[in-house]
Amino acid sequence: MTFLIQQTLLYAVPLMIVALAGVFSERSGIINLALEGIMIFGAFIGVLFVYLMQGAEWVLAAKDANSYFTLQMIELAAMLAAALLGAAFSLLLSFASINLRADQTIGGTALNLLAPALVLFLVRIITNQNKLQMVTGDAASWFMVKKSMFGYGRTEKMGFLGSTFVDKTYIATYICILLFVVLSIILYKTRFGLRLRSCGENPQAADSLGINVYRMRYTGTTISGALAGLGGFVYALTTANCTANGDVAGFGFLALAVMIFGNWNPLSIAGASLLFGLFKCIAAGYSSIDINGDGVYMLAEIGVSPHLYRMLPYLITLLVLAFTSKSSRAPKAEGIPYDKSTR
Amino acid sequence: MNRKEPFLQRETTRSVIASLISIIFGLVFGAVVILVVALSSKDLGLASAWEGIRLVFCGIFSTGRDAAGALSWGFNGQNIGNMLFRAMPLIMTGLSVAMAYKTGLFNIGAPGQYLIGTLVSLTIALGIPSGALPKALVWLLAFCGAILAGAVWGAIPGLLKAFLNINEVIACIMTNWIAANFVTWMFADSNFKNVVENTKSSYIYKTTYGLVDGQYVSGAGIATPKLGLDKLFPGSQVNGGILIAILLAVCVYIMMEKTTFGYELKACGSNRHAARYAGISDRLNIMLSMAIAGGLAAAGAALYWLSGNTEFFWSTYQSLPGIGFNGIPVAMLAVCNPIGVIFTALFMSMLDISGLQLTNLTAYNEYITNVIIAVIVYLSAFSLVIKLWLAKRLKPKDGGGNVNAELAPGEKKGGKGA
Repeated sequence: MTFLIQQTLLYAVPLMIVALAGVFSERSGIINLALEGIMIFGAFIGVLFVYLMQGAEWVLAAKDANSYFTLQMIELAAMLAAALLGAAFSLLLSFASINLRADQTIGGTALNLLAPALVLFLVRIITNQNKLQMVTGDAASWFMVKKSMFGYGRTEKMGFLGSTFVDKTYIATYICILLFVVLSIILYKTRFGLRLRSCGENPQAADSLGINVYRMRYTGTTISGALAGLGGFVYALTTANCTANGDVAGFGFLALAVMIFGNWNPLSIAGASLLFGLFKCIAAGYSSIDINGDGVYMLAEIGVSPHLYRMLPYLITLLVLAFTSKSSRAPKAEGIPYDKSTR
Repeated sequence: MNRKEPFLQRETTRSVIASLISIIFGLVFGAVVILVVALSSKDLGLASAWEGIRLVFCGIFSTGRDAAGALSWGFNGQNIGNMLFRAMPLIMTGLSVAMAYKTGLFNIGAPGQYLIGTLVSLTIALGIPSGALPKALVWLLAFCGAILAGAVWGAIPGLLKAFLNINEVIACIMTNWIAANFVTWMFADSNFKNVVENTKSSYIYKTTYGLVDGQYVSGAGIATPKLGLDKLFPGSQVNGGILIAILLAVCVYIMMEKTTFGYELKACGSNRHAARYAGISDRLNIMLSMAIAGGLAAAGAALYWLSGNTEFFWSTYQSLPGIGFNGIPVAMLAVCNPIGVIFTALFMSMLDISGLQLTNLTAYNEYITNVIIAVIVYLSAFSLVIKLWLAKRLKPKDGGGNVNAELAPGEKKGGKGA
């Protein structure tokens, strides 16, 4: 059970935060098809930050001295760097689609092409191979929160809650969840959030009430870029052992699906990404999942092909969409460039 | 199009010029990136940057390095042949995306359709015992089977869109990954895995292998006829498939631009409700246009894998084929014109070859060409701005009163269709 919950969270959290990134930009009226590209870029920036930090003497000394605080701070700084550069990268999309009124689908596609190409080009020049990884050690030994940090011995038990939500987790996971909650509240319960959403529904009316639509849309896509960059690094850190290879296994597109699946609504998105994460987790570890702890690996013993399990998350999404899509409602003005003169 | 219009005033001309400007900017950007990398690295100097830049612009004519170590240039049949070979599947996936885009659908499902085409064409080609049927017939069966399967696969998102109002982008993304897992599953349980040659069991047999008495024997299978193109471009992989791809592009052009059917498809794309009001079945048309798009992408896969000199890495469930995704930039750069797709696909595969030369001959790598393509697509996104600027520049000095009147519809087209 502990394994199931932890693994589900690992897959669900990047999806959740990137889907929220999609919400922010689409609610402001810009279709952000570039989530995948921004994730790839953010993952690269975060890993590069860790890579560069590992070249510094004091960082290595901190690692040798088991200074957990310093290491966690480095993780946070890498997350911040990924978010900042992700936001900067997304400006390319904002500029094309807000100022130049370009086709947002094509602009997003271009960013999706640009990110892996640029990342692989640089990674190849930096490391002479197709993968950027940590100089020494791995993500688990450097950044994972372990029970030993709280004074527990190797054989001591932390209890169910402790071993599920504290031992062998990443602080990044919880920061993402916190951010998710805070940003959802901002989007739905504050004046700023209402203004942002109004630009995605009826920008002409919003403009007539004195809201600067261009600025709101820039804000929306920039927050979106920051969250997607952050999500990309969290994905790379927690599921890809802190490596960047110009690929996030389609998670950006999946986040887009989760966003539509969750009807552009944070609560539904959280549910949808947990569901998706659960099936992803079953697909990855179905043979070692022991649900009720009686030593019987039920899923492995049914004898279904592992390929079917891997297909399940996508099949389930399609099925659920088929039943819920009638009530789905996208922001009305998304994808339409705002032109002040047509007010 | 009004034939009496001066050449420079035509919508098509402006689109072509806008695309060319994007291409030039993209190449220049690539050159700048190389220069920046060269200047910021202590191992690379200006001389190497100059070599890299020359290879980016005309790597297709590179013939390697001469005895003195300098880059040498000339006609390189292998490069040009391989360019044609790589353009072949790109034309098809580009057509698939372009055709769907013209009918108002964003077909991001080309990778999945391509994979299904791969599965079916290889299964038919390798599954029919050698000698049971004439080779030409086996080839044709594999080709048509792939198209049919791709059409069915492509129709799924169309169906979901038409009847359940599911966004086709989402449905396509899901079907892509379902296809990737499904194809891996099918091949994992098949006996098409190459066990004859050592260390190749993660690949499927080339189609030149044929089933003789339960054993796969090299040379007993099928391959696309070369049609003498191998004589023209010695040492390359090119075959007659490129001609089929071009032919299909022309067919799609005729279908979209010259038939009632194509008109109905486009009408549904520009306004589904208006089309229904005019008596066109919008649901049927959405399904049909996704089915055709799927068939085209699958045809690209069939042409590529039936060549006889390509091997499929079957454990593909963790990644989707790049050729499928590259159909998107090919289509966008061509402003979704089927004839334009031929040229943009050729251009993209030319950049591909240049990239390989760059990797082989210099310290830079092939990914710079992908950066260039991305920049070009990015610029083509605001072709509207470029076209407006062009219209201003190209306006005749006097008597240009009707230029603005002419621009109005073009403007709209640029905004929505470009």
